[in-house]
This record gives sequence, structure tokens and C-alpha cells, in this order.
Amino acid sequence: MSHVSPLIARDIEEYLKVHEHKSLLRFITCGSVDDGKSTLIGRLLYESKMIFEDQLAALERDSKKVGTRGGEIDYALLLDGLQAEREQGITIDVAYRFFSTDRRKFIVADTPGHEQYTRNMVTGASTADLAIILIDARKGVLTQTRRHSYLVSLLGIRRVVLAVNKMDLVGYAQEVFQRIEADYRAFAARIGLAEIVCIPMSAVCGDNIIEPRGNTPWYGGPMLMEYLETVPVDDDLQAGPFRMPVQWVNRPNPDFRGFSGTIARGVVKPGDRIRVLPSGRESRVARIVTADGDLLEAVANQSITLTLADEIDISRGDVISAADDPVPVADQFEATVVWMGDAPMLRGRNYLMKIGTRTVTVTIAPLKYKVNINTLEHVAADTLELNEIGVCELELDRMIAYEPYAANRDLGGFILIDRLTNNTVGAGRLNFALRRSQNVHWQAVDIDRHARAKRKEQKPCVLWFTGLSGSGKSTIANLVEKKLHVMGKHTYLLDGDNVRHGLNKDLGFTAEDRVENIRRVAEVAALMADAGLIVLLAFISPFRSERQMARALLPEGEFIEVFVDVPLEVAEVRDVKGLYRKARRGELKNFTGIDSPYERPESPEIAIASAECSAEEAAERIIAELLRRGIIEGARGA
Amino acid sequence: MTTLTHLQRLEAESIHIMREVVADVEKPVMLYSIGKDSSVMLHLAKKAFYPAPPPFPLLHVDTTWKFRDMYAMRARMAEEMGMELLVHTNPDALEKGINPFTHGSAVHTDIWKTQGLIQALDKYGFDAAFGGARRDEEKSRAKERIFSFRSAQHRWDPKNQRPELWRLYNTRKHKGESIRVFPIANWTELDVWQYIHLENIPIVPLYFSKLRPVVARDGGLIMVDDARMPLRPGEVPMMKKVRFRTLGCYPLTGAVESEADTITAIIQEMLLTTTSERQGRVIDHDSTGSMEKKKQEGYF
Repeated sequence: MSHVSPLIARDIEEYLKVHEHKSLLRFITCGSVDDGKSTLIGRLLYESKMIFEDQLAALERDSKKVGTRGGEIDYALLLDGLQAEREQGITIDVAYRFFSTDRRKFIVADTPGHEQYTRNMVTGASTADLAIILIDARKGVLTQTRRHSYLVSLLGIRRVVLAVNKMDLVGYAQEVFQRIEADYRAFAARIGLAEIVCIPMSAVCGDNIIEPRGNTPWYGGPMLMEYLETVPVDDDLQAGPFRMPVQWVNRPNPDFRGFSGTIARGVVKPGDRIRVLPSGRESRVARIVTADGDLLEAVANQSITLTLADEIDISRGDVISAADDPVPVADQFEATVVWMGDAPMLRGRNYLMKIGTRTVTVTIAPLKYKVNINTLEHVAADTLELNEIGVCELELDRMIAYEPYAANRDLGGFILIDRLTNNTVGAGRLNFALRRSQNVHWQAVDIDRHARAKRKEQKPCVLWFTGLSGSGKSTIANLVEKKLHVMGKHTYLLDGDNVRHGLNKDLGFTAEDRVENIRRVAEVAALMADAGLIVLLAFISPFRSERQMARALLPEGEFIEVFVDVPLEVAEVRDVKGLYRKARRGELKNFTGIDSPYERPESPEIAIASAECSAEEAAERIIAELLRRGIIEGARGA
Repeated sequence: MTTLTHLQRLEAESIHIMREVVADVEKPVMLYSIGKDSSVMLHLAKKAFYPAPPPFPLLHVDTTWKFRDMYAMRARMAEEMGMELLVHTNPDALEKGINPFTHGSAVHTDIWKTQGLIQALDKYGFDAAFGGARRDEEKSRAKERIFSFRSAQHRWDPKNQRPELWRLYNTRKHKGESIRVFPIANWTELDVWQYIHLENIPIVPLYFSKLRPVVARDGGLIMVDDARMPLRPGEVPMMKKVRFRTLGCYPLTGAVESEADTITAIIQEMLLTTTSERQGRVIDHDSTGSMEKKKQEGYF
């Protein structure tokens, strides 16, 4: 691997000193085979002398056998990987290439230019600091140039090299180059790409890659390699406030508790005040622990382990951030999604979302629009197919610490995973958080739910009674509360009708208001459980999604769904409040069971067939079930 | 502003990958082949989990045909790292006496290594295995993912691999499936040597030049490491100053004549040399695409 450095033979120690302190640049090359992309990368490898003689011999042999240059060296052949692809004459994936010079190591993401392009290019671009966009000088700015540039800007790559290739085929004409440069700059400004360097070159002949070769005397800009070697990397990443998603809690013995992760942004030092999100707890950095001794400072992209001054509860997925500029928290976002699955994206469907080191459940709200990546037009759409890009709203099942993608890739970039196939079916960027959740920081308090529950000598929980009007929910819930009271438990019963007289008196019975009604009582119930109470609720709550929402507000095991199951005919005969009759006469709209659906619970913790037992028997069964589940331990002193 | 060096960046990436695996999978293992890449992997594992010891065992899929120096190194490293070392030798291969001399390199590699590895993963129920493969080693490796999913039958399907974006690795898998994870995928041979130099990482002495008994065979120099090596008519072991650029089963690993007896001299020689690393390995010579075929069958 003969680098062209005379130092190697003369003073290897000195050479190593230089080379062990090189920086790293990752870049992506965009363009099709016709633009000479593979030839360009092959040329970069060749020029940096990263090709061994045996590989060169194989290259010469292959160039004669399958080359497209009439037996001349076909640099593109250096890059082909998988056998099937080679036989088809196309590359179908992202391949990573490596070369280095005296100043830098380079990792090149090489992506092919056909239909699967979007998925592959987005993948390759996600880790790139810079993009080289190739243009055939004979063809100028094409649709694919615009497509590549849009994806580059979408993935947040700020620096672009426009490689105007095949200048040899247009007689190295300056006007051709200038026209293409002007066209491109006009377009790039529209999509927010600002730092652009345009270089006229010939990958086949080697013009302006390492040196000028005299064919473009009118060009005064940098050579490609020179630019790649000197462009700043990571310059903005350390400037922002400190953020580190916790990957792993290091706990080898009771005396050591470290939090391991890769710093996503900023700088950290011992003594810095930190705030952990989403919990909101604060402490100070005690040590930055490494196998080589403690560090005085660590910066973005370093993988470290922190210990804190206070013992606070932190787990994988939390984000440790600067206390004076904490990372925001939200659970609803606008996002841009690139679909990568063979099956289309389904609205309303749940997917797993991995962001940072956290995996959550996400529901995709209807698409706002999809983007025609050739024209950049917004097109109305219901769904996204493979390789399509769209903008939609996301609802998460819990709060996460995040940053908009534009501010930080690690805290704003996410993948979507299909629960059934486990495949990665989408990737996206959080654009911004929606309304309410934004900028409301969760206030951590010292007396927590466990402390309050312990004082009451009980485990808090929410008993959620659901069922048709007239099923007996309120009656049974009332009996259960009485029994719990006798057992010395602290309880509270929230009843649908009663709540509508106060807290929710501004709400009607439209689908929208019903959702809001349930949301409010669910939040109230969660607060009461947090206070240590056993909360009973009797609400029709006909929709699975709202009950699911209520369940998600509580810790695992504290939400007990009690399905009071009664056939509609029986409830209608009972009709204690005369509501069924009214509904049947059309005087009451949106009545559950009549003109509005009741979605039966799929796996309630407790199911009561109330037509087949008395309310007293039902209440006994519920108490028995609570004892069995260890929620209550029986009467005090009993 | 602090600019991280390329080696610091690579180190941080490898550590991040190892921690993701440990946080997300149930039963990881690190494959240990005793070579320089394995030495680097061990060193990175130590850093990733310090002060805890790496929370997984080491697994060596042994062919019984490694160099004696390698066995000595294996014992030493397991002790120094404080990690559990599991050694698996394929009982079928042992029984049939599979060896590279009578069975050829292809059969030898398949039965001892490929089948042996599959047996070991099944036996212990590991659901993720760290390997030291690098993307610069061979053309088909350039497209290998860092997390490479294998079916319950341990097959690799190059058409069905997950996209890997940012630092986000999707580790979810179905029951029976396993993951091969390559934390040093983005390192080159030169990076590995520079890191060994910089971090003073112990490696097998065979990498350093020394007078060793070798015979010239099939265009390479093969070391007569023990009495099991049958000499062909006319072959007489001669003492030559040789070293190894890559280590495997001794009858399949060609030595190169060299004076390099320090890490810096090795790096110097490597930078001035003109043939690639795997040249010394017989298994890649079979045909173009042979590595890919082996991978599909379950070879690392």
C-alpha cells in the first residue's frame, strides 16, 4: 500500500506521528455510472495509492474481460462487490470505500443511481459530512442532479462539491463549466444548500483531481483532493450545548454507577451541571471515566462514561444535557419520512421508532403531503410507497428528549421499525415539535409516587370500568370502592356523569369532544394514582385508542381495564336513564351502541358478564382479582 | 475546538456499536481468532465497558491447526482480560481427522470453521456474535452491514439486509435469528496497525520477523510448526527470517520473508509493500466471489 511519502522509508516514527493524528472525513458520491462516478472513486483510490499490485493485476485482467473501456484500465471495476451485481453490471447498495492521504482518512459512501436510489442514498448520506455531486459536462444540470441535491439537503449535509465531469468531452470549454455552475447555484440556493465548490474535471484523464494537468488554465479553484483534505469537519458539533443519549448503565459493583454513551453535541467537563431528560432531574458531572484514566474534557463524537455527584435514576434512552440549556422534550412532531419498506406506510398504524438510544411506539397521523423528488412539488397523498418521501405528524406513546434534525442529527434522526417483520421500513427527521408539548419542561419533584404510596401503605392503580351505557359500570364501581374503603384503602371514584357537571362541562358529545373528555379524565386519574390513590373510573369510553392512551399514562401493571360486558339488548331493556329510547327516537345523536360504535376491549385485565351475575358478585370478583394481582393485600390487621 | 483524530473517531464508533449490542441483545459473544484484529477488538471491548469487564465471553472456534504461538497467546489474553474463554472444536472434524493436507483448504475451512462456528453458536444459544471483519478486506465485504442478520439456519441473504442510518442500529430479530456484528468494519489494515502501535496492544509474536523453519510450497512459504506437517518429496525445512501478515491455520498461511521485528518496522514494511493482506491466505484464491459464497453458507 505504497503511500507516496518519502518519510516512510526515511523516518517511519515521524511518519506515524503525522498519520496517527489525521482527521476523518466521511463523504458520499452522488451520480449514475454514466456520470463517471465509479471511475472517480476508483481514481481517488488509485491516486492515493491504496491499490496493491495484486489488486491492480486483477483490475487489469478484469478490465480486459468485462471492462467497458476497450481493455483500458476501468477504474470502476475496483468498486464492484457482490457477484450477482457484477454479473448484472450494476451495483445495488451502499458500499463503503476507504483511502487516506498524508492529511486525512476518508470513508466514501458509494451509492448507485437507479430506482432503489433514494433508500440507498439516504442511508449513505446519513453519516456523511460532505457530498460530491457528479454532473456530465455534456448534459448539465439534470433531474437526477436536483434529486440528489434535495436528498443531500434533506439529510443535513451542508457542504457540496459539484464535480463537473467529462470536461475532456466538451473540449475543456470554460463557458460550458460556467453555465453549469450558474444553473446549479441558482437551484441550490432554493433548497438551502449554501457551501458549494464547483470543480471542472475529468475522472478518466485525471484533470483537477490531484493536479491541474494544464487543460483548464482558466480554473483557479481548489483541486478535488486538496479540498477534501482541508474542508473543516465537525466544526459546528462541539459549539452547541452538551447532549449525550445514555446507551448503557455501567454498574460493575455497588460502588460504581456510570452512564455510557456517545456525545451527540457539545463538550462536557467534570463539575458541569447537567439535567436528565425527560425526567428533569439534575446533578453535576463527577468524573469522565475511561480505561486510560479520567478525562478533563470530552467532546461530540466521543464515546465516554460519566459518573454523577448525586444518585439519580437514569436509564438507557434518557438524554443527559447541559442544565443551563437542557434538551427539549415532546411527544408530537412534524417529521419528514423516507419510506424504505416494500409494503407501503400505513396511516394510523403503529411502528417502533428508534431515536438516539430510545425505542418508542409511534402512530403516524395522516400525511400532509409527499414530495415529488424530481420536481420538489408537494403532492397530496394517503400513503408512502418504497422510496417515497413525505411530511407527516407523529404521535409518540411517551415524551422523548429530542432536537430538531437541523440542530442535531443524533437527536433528530430516527428509524421506523415494523413490529411484525422487525425490518427497518423508514427513516426520518424531526422537523419541530407540535404546539402544547414544546418548551414545557417536566418539573422533577423529590417526593415521588412510591414515597406517597408507601405512606398510604397501598399500591396505587387505576381501575378503568368500560362498557355500554346501562351495563352497570357505575353501580359495580361504587360497590368496589365501598369494599376497598372498608379494607382501609384510600380511593377515589371518577364517574362519567359527575365529571361532565364540572371539569368537562364545556364538552359535548361529538367524537372530538368525547376524545377530549376521556383525555382529561385519564390525566386526572394518572395524577391521582401518582398521589398514591386507588382510582376508579366508570366511563363508557368506547374507543380502544383512548383507553390505550389512558393505559400509556401509567406505569406497567397499574392500569386495570375492567370490561363490564352486557349485550346491547339487555342494556337497552334496562335503560335506567331512558337514553336508549331517546337515541332510538333520534333525539340523541352519537349514542354508543346505536349510532356510534363500541370497540370491545381485546384483552381486558378483568371481564365481567354483568347480565349473568349480580353487582355484588361482580364487585367480589374484582376484589378477588386485585388480591390475586397483589394490588391490595387484604384488610389491615386481618 | 478539539479535532478528534481518525483513530479516535473509529475507536468511538466501535465502542458505540459494542455498547448497543450489550444493551439490546440477550446473549452476545465475541469471536476470538487470536489475530491482530481480535487483539484490537479485545482492547476496544475493555475500553467500552471499563471499569466493568466486558459483559460477554470469548469464543474461539478452534481447528487444532493454529500455530503454537497462537494457543499461547489465547491462554494469556483470556487471563489478562478476566473474561470467560469458550473453545469449540468441531467433534465431527476431530473424529474424521479433517486436515488441510489430505482434505484441501476448502473442505478444511468449511468443516472446522464454518460448521464449527454454527455448532458453537447453537450450542450456547448466542444471539449476537462480534466479529473482526473489515470492509476493506475484500470487495464483497465493502457492502456488508455492521449488523448482519442470519437466519435460524445461519444463512446470510445479501438481498435482505437492513439499511443502517446514522448511529441507529435496528437490533430486533425473530426467535432463532442471530446477528453478526462487526465493530471494526470501518477500519483499514493500516488503521489497525496504527492503533496497535499507538495503544501498545499485545499481538502474537508471529507477526514479528524471526528465524523460523519453512518450506517453499505452491508459491508461498509454509512454516513447519509441528510434526503433523507431512513434507513432500524433496522438501527440506530451511530456516528463514520470516513473519506473517495474517494468521490462520499454519498449513494454510503463507509467511513472507522480512526483517521487520518491531511494530514500526511492520508498518513501514506494509506501507512499502505492494501486495494485499489476504494474498497470504489460501481460501480467497479459489475463485472471485469465494468469500461471498462462504458468507452465505455461514462463514464469518
